[in-house]
Amino acid sequence: MSDQHIYEYLCIGCPLGCHLLVDDTEGDTEGVKVTGWGCKTGKAYGEQEHKDPRRNMATSVRVKGARWGRVPVKTTGTVPKKLVRDVARAVQDIEIEAPIKLGTVVLANVLGTGVDIVATRDMERL
Amino acid sequence: MITAEPRHLESRYDVVIAGAGPAGMAAAMGARERGAEKILLIDREREAGGILWQCIHHGFGLIHFGTELTGPEYAQRCLQQVIDGGIDVLTDTYVYDISPERTLKLMSGTQGIKLVDAGAVVLAMGARERTRGAIRIGGERPSGVLTAGLAQKFVNMMGLLPGRRVVILGSGDIGLIMARRLTLEGVEVLGVFEIMPHANGLNRNVVQCLHDFDIPLHLSTTIVDIRGRERVTGVTVAPVDEAFKPDMSRAWDVDCDTVMLSIGLIPENELSRRINLRFDPVTTGPIVSSTMETTANGVFACGNVAHIHDLVDFVSRESLLAGRSAGEFATGKRPPADNIRLMPGDNVTYCVPQTVSSDREHTIYMRVKKPMEECTIKFGDIYSKKLPYVFPAEMVTIKMQAKFLQKFHGDTLRVDVVKRG
Repeated sequence: MSDQHIYEYLCIGCPLGCHLLVDDTEGDTEGVKVTGWGCKTGKAYGEQEHKDPRRNMATSVRVKGARWGRVPVKTTGTVPKKLVRDVARAVQDIEIEAPIKLGTVVLANVLGTGVDIVATRDMERL
Repeated sequence: MITAEPRHLESRYDVVIAGAGPAGMAAAMGARERGAEKILLIDREREAGGILWQCIHHGFGLIHFGTELTGPEYAQRCLQQVIDGGIDVLTDTYVYDISPERTLKLMSGTQGIKLVDAGAVVLAMGARERTRGAIRIGGERPSGVLTAGLAQKFVNMMGLLPGRRVVILGSGDIGLIMARRLTLEGVEVLGVFEIMPHANGLNRNVVQCLHDFDIPLHLSTTIVDIRGRERVTGVTVAPVDEAFKPDMSRAWDVDCDTVMLSIGLIPENELSRRINLRFDPVTTGPIVSSTMETTANGVFACGNVAHIHDLVDFVSRESLLAGRSAGEFATGKRPPADNIRLMPGDNVTYCVPQTVSSDREHTIYMRVKKPMEECTIKFGDIYSKKLPYVFPAEMVTIKMQAKFLQKFHGDTLRVDVVKRG
């Protein structure tokens, strides 16, 4: 158990980049106090980013029989921030074969997150 | 990839568009919408779509398509519209000359050298990256110094890594995106060095590409020396003062095998310079009217050719207008000529278009010189609008209604961004 109760976040809502301070002395999820925001977006961002930070992830996987060596892929939704590197690692050895259609599922339910990895473009077979 | 290679190249088209990136594709749709029948979209790459194919990250399309897409998804949507619209797409083809009478010289592996006459032309060649030579970094000239966009193509399309230990110079969005991308591919990104006292990219990218992966961002710091005989072996970095002069007493060395540059884009206007256009010395692109027409009759320009954009959504919007105007020109329609010149004043770098007409509404794109909070943008004394903030890296977009412009009776309208109070 950490003694830390004040956490710093940089708001991404606009270029002003307010420095948010989140105090969770009163509890981890309920009752966090956000200060330093300039607008409501910042307050909501501070709460979300503290309770459950999530990210989209995009990478590319090997493809055989196409013009390019790689085809771009993405997560169909956000995954917990702490899993982003693991998700990238989970797809790094995948190899698929052209032709590929946009939306083709390359890996379903990656790491049990409920999120799929799908191709983000068509790629014809050469 | 989906293609629409013309079976037979015609000798005359209503509208010919040079460059099939997001600007060219939107222009083609605009021309089609306004009644141009034969439209030819040309690209030097093997597939249309432009740089979007390699921008595999999220963050595109929120404005233009109303949903968040990756770059390839955005490109494919645009290309599908182009194909459904019956536009001829000629790839692997270089436009290497244009005359004031709008005859274009093309060169391609399949077509050889061809002349094509155009009722209207749209210049949509985009931009290219600034390189080491543009900022004159001292030191040796080993391999391993490359631009962020090139590294992006290597990693995302070709499956090649540019190096193992990378230093990034410049904090533009592509550099930040690539810092994350390389980290996820197992490359060690040692730091991002930015000569300005603030990051050049979006906060979102500073947080999600650097902070998330503990990559340090060194502000007011630059590379002063690159070392290595065959391959880069290291760089020397130093903090700079307000005049950007490096303080060598506080310099330090970083061992690395790669230097990646994210130091800005230059509008690609070699083709535009073949005809006698007038250029804006600030944007370095052609001066354009409110219909995106250059100073050559029937030759239009849009996207990064005209000025560097931060969002592809704005490129699409601006280029749709250019294409509509080209379509109207080709079918013999002429809107009233512009009667007001916009003059950048206090804290305004440039305005595009450079002229407007008081008979209709306009979208005016502009950049500021320095960050300012709680400010007002003023168009002479006819119109003002409060802005919570402005930043040089973020384009300012203003919708200007005709009723305000009709109150103005001069020919040069000054635009200022000033602090409130």
